[in-house]
Amino acid sequence: MQSISTIDPVDDAAPMNIEAMARESREKLLTWALPVATLLAAIGAWEWLVWAYQIPHYLIPAPSLIAKTLWTDGPSLMGSAWFTVRLTFWSLSLAIIGGVLLGAVFALSRAVEMSLFPFAVILQVTPVVAIAPLILIYVDSTFAALLICAWIVGFFPILSGTVIGLRSADHNLRDLFTLYRATPWQRLRFLLAPSALPSFMAALKVAGGLSLIGAVVAEFVAGAAGQNTGLASRIIESSFRNEIPRMFAALVLVSMLGIVIFLLTTWASRRVLGHWHESEIRRDQ
Amino acid sequence: MKGDPIIRMDRVSKRFGTSTLAVSDMSLTINEGDFISFLGPSGCGKSTALKMIAGLLPVTSGTITIAPAKGKTEHDLGFVFQEPTLMPWATVQDNVFLPLRLAGVSRDGAASRVAEALREVGLTKFAGAYPRELSGGMKMRVSIARAMVTRPRILLMDEPFAALDEMTRSKLNNDVVRLANEHGLTVIFVTHSVFESVYLSTRVVVMAARPGRVADDLTVTVPWPRSEEWRISQGFSAEARRISDSLKGTLDAEHIDH
Repeated sequence: MQSISTIDPVDDAAPMNIEAMARESREKLLTWALPVATLLAAIGAWEWLVWAYQIPHYLIPAPSLIAKTLWTDGPSLMGSAWFTVRLTFWSLSLAIIGGVLLGAVFALSRAVEMSLFPFAVILQVTPVVAIAPLILIYVDSTFAALLICAWIVGFFPILSGTVIGLRSADHNLRDLFTLYRATPWQRLRFLLAPSALPSFMAALKVAGGLSLIGAVVAEFVAGAAGQNTGLASRIIESSFRNEIPRMFAALVLVSMLGIVIFLLTTWASRRVLGHWHESEIRRDQ
Repeated sequence: MKGDPIIRMDRVSKRFGTSTLAVSDMSLTINEGDFISFLGPSGCGKSTALKMIAGLLPVTSGTITIAPAKGKTEHDLGFVFQEPTLMPWATVQDNVFLPLRLAGVSRDGAASRVAEALREVGLTKFAGAYPRELSGGMKMRVSIARAMVTRPRILLMDEPFAALDEMTRSKLNNDVVRLANEHGLTVIFVTHSVFESVYLSTRVVVMAARPGRVADDLTVTVPWPRSEEWRISQGFSAEARRISDSLKGTLDAEHIDH
């Protein structure tokens, strides 16, 4: 996506602003180098503290030991990680489909919204840990049961973001579409959907993280019931066996999955809103 | 034909909910080629009247008749809002393309029309820009180009330049007059500026508030379109005074409450 910082055609012909380019590359360096350096420093400090105070690995393992565990237990952990990844992305996808469809229905009909909204709220406010055991009893397939739990968590933000977004279309633009006798489909396609994108993307960022949390919590409940599933159940299993380094290794994988989801949703948001919406526009100094 | 009645409002009233009448018993005949200003204080129902003509608000009672168009056009009415009302996610040319797109015209089929509309408002170079990259005056030009792209007979403008600076405003005033003249448009221009109404219009409909109604219907007899020089002439001052007095009469009559 090309980014236009100025509309003055004269500027195009002007010599490139060396200072601005230098500033930009410095900025780029800072956005990547600074957090990476800080992270490395923190890991280094952790390693040193464990070594210097001779902290036993069954209390806090050193990062190097965690890395070693990741390497040796990698193949078996990867299987579990893949389960969690599938669970998270399936639940997020279903949350998006369900949230957007129901949101569109809510935005179209006040009556439907009034009647169904309490259910959506009940789903949202009931802690998933509390319903998960029930769902695990009722649903035969463990994956399907966990999927329902994770879906419940991710669904509500998408629903409310979509409803707010669809309602936020500018009233003058609505009048304009009425004036030009737009069909309901044209109104949805050219006005309501683009207007809803900013709050939908914000909801997606929240729901992305929540889907992972939902998946992990559901796996914990299943793990406590003795069912072997994804990374969370490996964490429980390792804690039963007092294999603290493996707990940390699984935890690292969960965090990495969370980071990947965060980066993906952030990238998607920038991609979709970057050229027009205030929240994603980068301004020249 | 120029001079034939094109819009007829017959005893039109509008009431929002149970509040007082926003427009009361408004009767008006507008002829083809007229450049009419609805002039009045805020709350006099001038925007409401305009929106009823556009079909954006239903009338409570009375009728509004618009003479059917003879030539072929995608849409007979162009509307320019008080704010530019552009889609921030679409480029300038996509914003102008919108009315044709909604009428089912393909992008290719509309390309030359969109280009022409942009040329007429002097924004050809900015076809690919996004609204946020434009100044207030340029956004308004896009809004005008969008209203003109369907080749309407009637252009309705709801205080379009109220938020602009004096220089930009005066330039856009001239552009609108030029477009109206070149295309033989019938224009209804809502404003609260006496000077703007005098300079632009062939007829000024002075409106009073509570309830909103037509207080006076004055013809500006000076040949139209007018030159920039006329704006600083004594003739202009005299016309402005005449309309100003009429407007003042409506204000005195309602015992202004501030």
